[in-house]
Amino acid sequence: MAMTDTQTAPARPQADGAPVLTVRDLAVTFETPDGAVEAVRGVDFELRPGECLGIVGESGSGKSQSALAAMGLLARNGTATGRIDFLGNDMLAASDRELLKIRGNDMSMIFQDPLTSLTPQLRIGQQMREVLEIHRKLPRKEADRICIEWLEKVRIPEAERRLRQYPHELSGGMRQRVMIAMAMLCGPRLLFADEPTTALDVTVQAQVLDLMDDLKRDTGTAIALITHDMGVVARMCDRIIVMRHGRVVEAGTAEEIFGNPQHDYTKILLDAVPRIDKVKRSGKGEIDIDAGRGEEPLLKVRDLNVHFDVRMRGGLFGTTRKLRAVDGVSFDLRRGETLGVVGESGCGKSTLARGVLNLIPPTGGTVAWLGRNIAGSDRQQMKALRKDLQIVFQDPLASLDPRMTIGASIAEPLQVHTPEMRGAERAAKVREMLNRVGLDPAMINRYPHELSGGQNQRVGIARAVITRPKLVICDEAVSALDVSVQAQVVDLLIELQKTMGLTMMFISHDLSVVREVSHRVMVLYLGRVVELAGRDAIYTDARHPYTKALIAAVPVPDPERERARERVRLSGDLPSPLDTRAPLRFLKSVVKDDPVAEQYRPKLVEVAPEHFVAEHDPGLGSEGLRA
Amino acid sequence: MTEPRNPGTDTRDIDHIESEKHGEPQAEILDATGELGEVKGRSLWADARMRFFRNKAAVFSLGVLGLVMLFAFFGGFLAQYDPAQVDFSLMGANAYRGVPSIETGHYFGTDVDGRDLYARTVIGTRISLLVGIVGALVAVIVGTLYGATAGYVGGRTDQIMMRIVDVLMSIPFMFVLILMLVIFGRSILMLFIGIGLISWLDMARIARGQTLSIKNKEFVEAAVATGVSSWRIILRHVVPNLLGIVIVYATLLVPGMIIFESFISYLGLGIQEPMTSLGALINLGTAQMNNGTLWMLLFPLAFFLVLLFALFFVGDGLRDALDPKDR
Repeated sequence: MAMTDTQTAPARPQADGAPVLTVRDLAVTFETPDGAVEAVRGVDFELRPGECLGIVGESGSGKSQSALAAMGLLARNGTATGRIDFLGNDMLAASDRELLKIRGNDMSMIFQDPLTSLTPQLRIGQQMREVLEIHRKLPRKEADRICIEWLEKVRIPEAERRLRQYPHELSGGMRQRVMIAMAMLCGPRLLFADEPTTALDVTVQAQVLDLMDDLKRDTGTAIALITHDMGVVARMCDRIIVMRHGRVVEAGTAEEIFGNPQHDYTKILLDAVPRIDKVKRSGKGEIDIDAGRGEEPLLKVRDLNVHFDVRMRGGLFGTTRKLRAVDGVSFDLRRGETLGVVGESGCGKSTLARGVLNLIPPTGGTVAWLGRNIAGSDRQQMKALRKDLQIVFQDPLASLDPRMTIGASIAEPLQVHTPEMRGAERAAKVREMLNRVGLDPAMINRYPHELSGGQNQRVGIARAVITRPKLVICDEAVSALDVSVQAQVVDLLIELQKTMGLTMMFISHDLSVVREVSHRVMVLYLGRVVELAGRDAIYTDARHPYTKALIAAVPVPDPERERARERVRLSGDLPSPLDTRAPLRFLKSVVKDDPVAEQYRPKLVEVAPEHFVAEHDPGLGSEGLRA
Repeated sequence: MTEPRNPGTDTRDIDHIESEKHGEPQAEILDATGELGEVKGRSLWADARMRFFRNKAAVFSLGVLGLVMLFAFFGGFLAQYDPAQVDFSLMGANAYRGVPSIETGHYFGTDVDGRDLYARTVIGTRISLLVGIVGALVAVIVGTLYGATAGYVGGRTDQIMMRIVDVLMSIPFMFVLILMLVIFGRSILMLFIGIGLISWLDMARIARGQTLSIKNKEFVEAAVATGVSSWRIILRHVVPNLLGIVIVYATLLVPGMIIFESFISYLGLGIQEPMTSLGALINLGTAQMNNGTLWMLLFPLAFFLVLLFALFFVGDGLRDALDPKDR
């Protein structure tokens, strides 16, 4: 839909109008008990109507604070100096009343987390109307009309009904679209989008980005897109500034930055971004592609089911429905091999990991570890096995006990599995492990909140591998990290795999990273495998329409390629996993039209050696496949 | 995500990659990183302490509390008279001969029986503090472990354990305590048992509620995945993370207990003569209010109020300091 416009019209409309926003020598300082922190130290940029400026940088680079300062939304302990000129208003000198008039009216903002930026107790309609009531003093009817109009513009189906719904009734992608609609209600001249799609799935991200691009084109609103995702920047932005430590290290057009980066930091950043279109890890970072070939599999999972009973309303005591989080998944893992597991949120990939490790007892199927079925083993039996089966979690900070030093956290598995080990010996092992994961052993007494995300994730990895396990499951282990840090953690994982002979399951929603680390890739859709293939086959020769759509939705950090790519689009959000029709979205021809009926189960067909594809109907650029 | 944080720790990862990827570090584009010597980590407790000491009212109250404690435990050495010694010469002449004065040695005057009020206030304060502290201690130990266990184990165990708490809570404890004191006789031990019995109930509920949220944190799951036993998880991972809220609640519980005991004593139950507590002293003081011996009421009352205020302010300061939202 939107793609054809992008290809024909060069992405630079009226970029020569007078700037909407001019920022000169902006500095932001925070007073903290540990002294002043300079978050932003002298930043200049400007935005013209109909332009999208990408503000790129890693966490702590001051990119969000620059935007917040421009909106007059700094935290209380922050002070901004310099000059911010917005349509003739000096934003730093403006009084609170003037700011109130500007914010939400001429200048608005979309925040990262759509879950928390809508008030949970207010209906969508109430929240949207509020904006119009404040800035336009519109009567309710008129306000409602405009709200519905905008909800339709952001392609929310059944807009009128949505006005009466509460935020929790909408999915994440839906909520982010409501946020965009709300931000656009008064026809702002400038829109700050602070990581607008980071919390969303790739297919939803693609839809939201398209939407923002259309809005920019239709309304001439200038967009400042703050993000760490180079792919998103390549897709959206006309000009880019790269920030680091509160300074702009490089500024230029998208083509200049991506084609001919000048500053070393920009180069590092671009270098660190995983690419879905090619594996470009050089030398040491490459996985050993032949690991475990021809050996008997270490782990055999057959027809694994994890079902939850969900209570529904209806009847006197309510009824229960089965939520099939994992529904008949089978795969093998050979020693030293990495299996990538991808899928969107809610597809059951984390549940699969926990089912394999028996952290959530599977409801059916077998998990054969070294030939022995461990599914349904009790805690005592599992305890001995836990030494060999480890997991690294997504959120590096949340997975470490905040009251324990990192040394104590890393030592814990040793205390459990080798209780006879002496304290000094244990400490020595922990130090050695810290060294091995690239941390200074002197940090042994630090606490998690004192370390950065990347360092904490290294601690998490150290804890997982200190007992020299055979299988490590990485559950979104690098998703919460900055790109450059992500690249290092991936390096670390690959290196540990090669030196310690680890077998891994690498779960991620990021298909580019999965391509770098995996030998084979398994794509899940609502608890079922839709495609399982070697890592190159799945990207170059995807057969299933869902795999195709997933791959197409990932933005490539290269503006030219990105704008020229053909897209396979999924529209709408993931359907409810409670509806048994939902997993048959790609095989509609056999679906029974009853949300609770037992449905046909698509079989996996081996289309090429080691390449399995689930049965599907033709569509979305894919020919059909039936067993 | 872009909160101000220590820029030193942030840059380290990038430095690392540089030295690996390009052979040698390109120092000119990299800012100096923070010092990383053998550092004793700054724990969350240290952070909380720092925040606490920035709260002037709380620090002042802590000082006052310290003084009151000194008074309660060592004030007796300054007393000129034994707290139980009845001065018969003062009988009936209290209003003009038992007046507080340094000369006579009755710093706070005498009570209606001619006993030295200073010595008795010392003892009363000590008993009141002890009751508060013991009650809070029982609450912390029993309540936290009970609540954490119920919350962590969950399921039917949780249901049964919490229903027991509900049943105990629904019994009017003031009534039961009065009955107990009447049946078994008034003694400090009985009072401690009675107060210990109720104090942990609320704490158990609070601890359970907190445990339910801690239980779903990833670090607990990480511990389970490591193979750590349930009991060890409760002791090592759950309880330390509960302590913040538990301590806050305990400091707010101490004054509650003191008030409770005072009420019992005020009713004439509770502490047995010649021992006394602030509540009992206040009770005796009010009885003599109309006889021109107002000091009998004012001295114990002043200590009572100062003690409560100090405890409340300290509790408040602790809550602010330990509140995880502030972090």
